[in-house]
Amino acid sequence: MDGTSQTRIGRRFAELAERGELGLVAYITAGDPALETTEQIVLAIEQAGADVVELGVPFSDPIADGPTIQRASERALRSGTTLAGVLALVRRLRAKTEVPLVLFSYFNPVLQMGVERFAEQAAAAGADGVLLTDLTPEEAGPVRPALHARGLDTIFLAAPTSTPERLRRLAESSTGFLYLISRTGVTGAREQLPAELPELIRRVRQVTTLPLAVGFGISQPGHVSVLGGLADAAVVGSALVDELERAATADAAVAAIAERVRLLKAAARHGMSQRTPARPALQEPQ
Amino acid sequence: MSTGTQTWPDARGRFGPYGGRYVPETLMAPLEELERAFAAASADPGFQHELAALLRDFAGRPTPLQYAARLTERLGGPRIYLKREDLLHTGAHKINNCLGQGLLAVRMGKRRVIAETGAGQHGVATATVAARLGLACTVYMGTEDMERQRLNVERMRMLGAEVIGVAAGSRTLKDAINEAMRDWVTNVETTHYLLGSVLGAHPYPLLVREFQRVIGREARQQILAAEGRLPDVLFACVGGGSNAIGLFYEFLDDATVRMVGVEAGGRGTSLGEHAARLAAARGYTGARPGVLQGTYTHVLQNEHGQIATTHSVSAGLDYPAVGPEHAWLAEQGRAEYTAVCDEEAIAAARLLARTEGIIPALEAAHAVAELIRRAPKMRREQVVLLNLSGRGDKDMEILARYRER
Repeated sequence: MDGTSQTRIGRRFAELAERGELGLVAYITAGDPALETTEQIVLAIEQAGADVVELGVPFSDPIADGPTIQRASERALRSGTTLAGVLALVRRLRAKTEVPLVLFSYFNPVLQMGVERFAEQAAAAGADGVLLTDLTPEEAGPVRPALHARGLDTIFLAAPTSTPERLRRLAESSTGFLYLISRTGVTGAREQLPAELPELIRRVRQVTTLPLAVGFGISQPGHVSVLGGLADAAVVGSALVDELERAATADAAVAAIAERVRLLKAAARHGMSQRTPARPALQEPQ
Repeated sequence: MSTGTQTWPDARGRFGPYGGRYVPETLMAPLEELERAFAAASADPGFQHELAALLRDFAGRPTPLQYAARLTERLGGPRIYLKREDLLHTGAHKINNCLGQGLLAVRMGKRRVIAETGAGQHGVATATVAARLGLACTVYMGTEDMERQRLNVERMRMLGAEVIGVAAGSRTLKDAINEAMRDWVTNVETTHYLLGSVLGAHPYPLLVREFQRVIGREARQQILAAEGRLPDVLFACVGGGSNAIGLFYEFLDDATVRMVGVEAGGRGTSLGEHAARLAAARGYTGARPGVLQGTYTHVLQNEHGQIATTHSVSAGLDYPAVGPEHAWLAEQGRAEYTAVCDEEAIAAARLLARTEGIIPALEAAHAVAELIRRAPKMRREQVVLLNLSGRGDKDMEILARYRER
């Protein structure tokens, strides 16, 4: 693959680029507190403007996640959520919506299902892409071809510590988009974006023309506005889980999360979301 | 290699199929940096000299190889030798690795070290080395373990380390490692993660083994001096497996030397009741190859790939995964892995105390228990060597509770 995605993800980023609009990628832990709630949340946040939905498949030992998503994972596991259950949810959702869906997890649940079997079932259910937090291109040898053969995008994380060589390799291994971690650290809402972020984004742009989604620590409309001129999408996760934790009922949680997505997407549409002149110049192949 | 055993990981940190580097991208460059720093230090006589001096003058190496005359007589079997790692400063083999990695941290310009700890022995050794080298130190420890190893918590604080309790999951070693990895991923520019066993992403299983090899290097010379021959069987307990690999490694080419790794059998053979990852032949269930905390190895888990809780009376063995090199030695049949239960370990600790005047750590007591099982079936002219990896001071509260039963 050359990184050009034929999935719903690729088409959505192409549409966003055409409109010059910043995308919003929304993460939610599947099965927190129950898969039925997750189904309602996904449908509601699509209506509220989420461009891509990341469904977190809970894992018992989420080393890259902060306290908020750790708690969400614990609740989801307590409610009996499994990878097979999340794939069934994807199938139900796909009957009702065309929103791009990314499965977001750690490697072991996928490994135990079997990589081939997972690829087949995820594609059949209607998923569009896969991101495994503890799987880098070095260890993804057999995984990428299996997913690509089923038409699934493989999304890798890039980090502030990634060397130029690593950034190039991560970009070459990714399809759909590249997920850039805004700071060293775990997931979780923060007050401010790091000052070095624009420089980091510039370094990544030098090695790839893939759409760039920036996540970790993004919670407020102001953060999204700032990203407008820099990235192709903002990823929000813990801030949505925070809404769920604060809500008294499942219905209230659905409403609160949708409202937060609406606010963030409004900032994406009306903030500094027009492309800077720098971007087209960087689209030229190196 | 005369035995055909592959004993060095490949460039990607693989021992056969096991090992590797399964971490979030943020940690990849730091792991590469650590790999380079370790390679450079290994080739640097200055580093080796400094480490050797610290091991000798600060930690107390070499440790004795003691002939256990009364235990030998009591069991009526082979001549038993004990490698006395329990006599080291801080009371266990952990200091060997901590001094090595501490010097590496200094070499890399890191001014802070973090560590996980189960029984507290690695935490104490890390806090000790950090104090000695002038580094800041934070230790993560499950709250369940803080309760059962209170003495070690106070020792770490006395040494100036910050001890952070981890109340997630089973509140034991696995959860402490999760939290240490989260700290590292956040503070990676300033901090070295001083991992305590042959676990985690490459190069940790390699570099921890290399720093623990001194155990086997000394023991091999000592047993040859004492007996004029190699031992028939080696015994060591296996949590992550650093004391065991430290002993085994130097004997891998000696085809006549058998090796027995002893895991925690806990209180039963079903998943959740034990921490036996490689002793499936003994009926312990729930272990399959999988990925946990950076490495591909045998992991106790459920059918959906969620990591299981474990149980052992010994906090240092209470962990659902095993070092990848042990998984590979087991698969090749080069080492044999078995497990003993809580009660057997306690009984073994008592017997060693009363025959040899040594109170072993509960971890090492597991190895003693397996030796007690096998010795009566062996011949008197045979020789066995057991790594007594730590002393039992930290376990006195638990041992006292068992005495009252």
